[in-house]
Amino acid sequence: MQTPPAAFPRRAAAILVSLMAGASLPAQAQAQAQTRDTLTIGIAQATGTFHPNIESMAAKAYILGFARRPLTGYGPDWRPACFACEAVPTVENGGVVLETMPDGKPGMRVTWRLREDGRWGDGRPVTAEDMRFAWEAGRAFETGFGGAEFYRSAYEFQSSDPRTVTLRFDKVNFEAGSAGGFEPLPAHIDRAIWEADRRNYRSRTAYDTDTANPGLYNGPYRIAAVQPGAGVTLERNAAWAGPAPAFRRINVRVVENSAALEAQLLAGQVDMIAGELGLSLDQAIALEKRARGRFRFEYRPGLVWEHLDLRMDQPPLSDIRVRQALMMAIDRSRIVGSLFENRQPVAATAIHPDDPMIDRSLAPWPFDLARAGALLDEAGWKPGPDGIRRNAAGARLSVDLQTTAGNRSRETVLQVIQGMWRAAGVEARIANQPPRVLFGEALSKRQFSGAVLFAWISSPENVPRSTLHSDEIPRAERNWSGQNYPGYSNPEMDALLEALPQELDADKRRPMWARLQAMTYRDLPALPLWHRAEPHVLPTWLEGVRPTGNMSPSSLWVTDWRVR
Amino acid sequence: MLRTIAWRVPQIVATLVILSLVAYLAIGAMPGDPISLAMMADPRLGPEDVARMRALHGLDQPLLARWSAWATGVLRGEFGYSRLFARPAAEVLWPALRGSLVLLGTALALAAGIGVAAGMLAALRPRWRGVVDALALVSQAVPAFWLGILLIILFAVTLGWLPAGGVPDSGGVAETARFLVLPVATLAIAHLAAYARHTAAAMADVLRAPWITAARARGAPESRIAFRHALPNAAVPLLSLLALDAGGLVSGALITETVFARPGMGKLLTDAVMGSDQNLALLALLLVAGVTMLATLAADVAQRALDPRLAA
Repeated sequence: MQTPPAAFPRRAAAILVSLMAGASLPAQAQAQAQTRDTLTIGIAQATGTFHPNIESMAAKAYILGFARRPLTGYGPDWRPACFACEAVPTVENGGVVLETMPDGKPGMRVTWRLREDGRWGDGRPVTAEDMRFAWEAGRAFETGFGGAEFYRSAYEFQSSDPRTVTLRFDKVNFEAGSAGGFEPLPAHIDRAIWEADRRNYRSRTAYDTDTANPGLYNGPYRIAAVQPGAGVTLERNAAWAGPAPAFRRINVRVVENSAALEAQLLAGQVDMIAGELGLSLDQAIALEKRARGRFRFEYRPGLVWEHLDLRMDQPPLSDIRVRQALMMAIDRSRIVGSLFENRQPVAATAIHPDDPMIDRSLAPWPFDLARAGALLDEAGWKPGPDGIRRNAAGARLSVDLQTTAGNRSRETVLQVIQGMWRAAGVEARIANQPPRVLFGEALSKRQFSGAVLFAWISSPENVPRSTLHSDEIPRAERNWSGQNYPGYSNPEMDALLEALPQELDADKRRPMWARLQAMTYRDLPALPLWHRAEPHVLPTWLEGVRPTGNMSPSSLWVTDWRVR
Repeated sequence: MLRTIAWRVPQIVATLVILSLVAYLAIGAMPGDPISLAMMADPRLGPEDVARMRALHGLDQPLLARWSAWATGVLRGEFGYSRLFARPAAEVLWPALRGSLVLLGTALALAAGIGVAAGMLAALRPRWRGVVDALALVSQAVPAFWLGILLIILFAVTLGWLPAGGVPDSGGVAETARFLVLPVATLAIAHLAAYARHTAAAMADVLRAPWITAARARGAPESRIAFRHALPNAAVPLLSLLALDAGGLVSGALITETVFARPGMGKLLTDAVMGSDQNLALLALLLVAGVTMLATLAADVAQRALDPRLAA
């Protein structure tokens, strides 16, 4: 078909080849010329709404990192940092004041001072009125903002001048100063829309109906165009008063298939792949071996904690000796070494090694098959004729293993764990499910019976109430809310989780955190695996990109990005 | 002809209504509604929050009542709001539909053109039959995703002649065409085997017919026999094939769209179903079903026009 013996088709083929070559040359030249003022970033997830407070999505957070400045966040050093404010409020700097509520209970008053140079893209200053609108909309449940607990607790808004914002909280919480999710919203654009129809605001906000409106953005860039499901184009925000960003335009392209994303990188269509939501770690490692000289690879272990949740209120996992034996039967160092080239640290508990509250005296559980066997013997599980252990009643020691079907990396890990557990005499039956079923049904309604491999993402010093407090065990009468899927119930842990947020002194919190870690380390409601690393694939000519590994994406520091 | 149309159109409408109900119930009964997934994302949602959110999204109503409300909205021309894309469902659908029509329309035209030509060659020049059969076999046997990746590696990564995928940010027809070359080639190669084989078989049958022998005896040239007499008669079964592929024009090509990172109906439909985006999934499903049924009707009408024996 392509090389017919006639003269005309041969000529046509030659013309086609020369056309393609000719077309490619200007394109390449143009791409190289544009390299210095246009940056094209590949990400693997599409975003729905662009409203910062509606639905939590990594892709949206990454894109808005270029275009918006939240009130606060976490820096690359994992300390709370101010973006739209001048300083993170603390007791020491007077920003946090303890007070007694009218009902006699302890409360607190937190004050933020907005930056003087904060401007929306249409030139209007970012003021306390924008914060008031965000607070009012967040308090009105029908608006459908995330972080409902924050708005429920922040019962009063005060402002003495356009740059001062004070919230009064009905409880003491050391996290209040970092104000997670409390962001300025452009009241001059969105307030009227919200007031007209609060219930449908989520579908009528200007962030989704007029996304390219410059007045929605207070960051170094503004969203200039959206290609739904395919990407966005960002251009410099003329009203930005901070350091000028290096690129005139940033294209963020959505390529959900990671093989296609890799191909576009190698073909030069995208300059870099964001670590926050790009290639999986094993793919990036494989790519690095093939394209080491062409790109710079940075791996940042972050706050994504891979683990196995255990159904600990049902036998055989209700026996702590069985859980500890299963832990010691997994050679995590070997898995991390062979599958991930030691790019991500083995976890001792859910607390990341870079978290300021880490208890470094706790070393990760060792791989010790002999001790695992001894514990199982002690628990009454003796080796059977086929190598699988049995109890006195003759029941086999079987554990169902589940993870998200289609996630090759996790599926491989599960198969390795299955083999390792078998060496300890434990039968593991793998039954993976699509993410929608696993997360929407099996986990959230506690319909699993053994162990589920998945990950939690959190922020630094995040109190794990939702995963460890006995009130947070999902039950039908609680509308299945809560994330304590293992069914962990420990009165000492409950008391600690209630006391911990109320302690404002970091030094006094440290021993509390140590006790929390010691309990989860011993009781093992979840088997910790590792802290997942983000693989950032960067062009060699780009510098200043600082992967954070936390909830604040690297795009928040885009003004530091420079062409080498 | 008109009687056929008058009889089939109400059937199509009834089928769409039943399909919408079945699809609505099936998607609604799938495990993992949007609120369950939101609970995973926001650990601070308490029982009251969950109850309010279910009420806010109408998920506290029985499925049948929700379908009834949805159907009433559709009759008013309101197709609802896409949960995944935070935009009206119809607004999300059109760019994907346009992408699929351009991609699949071009590929289908190419596949049908080359396939029919190859089939005619095999029928008219029997010594070429083996070559055409072999090419058809290869084209059918090569998986589209594998072929797509091979083409990307060769033309985009190694030679750098063509884009590896995606759509151009801007640019005219030439730039758009460059982005289309590889996915269109992938799809066309996958589709042309069926056209080549059907054409070859149908043409071979027709060329053995007595009236073709009679035409030859009257001294008609071979080209006239092939194009004026044989091809129109051989085209009747090809129309059924075209009608089925026309349905595919709007259902998209999931694998090709995924490998080449092109927005299209295949990926949109999959994302909508897996992401619990009921409004978008239903609108896309009904569009695909409607177009497929209308294309089949059009093929039936065309077949009757070409072959009066069918009309009788």
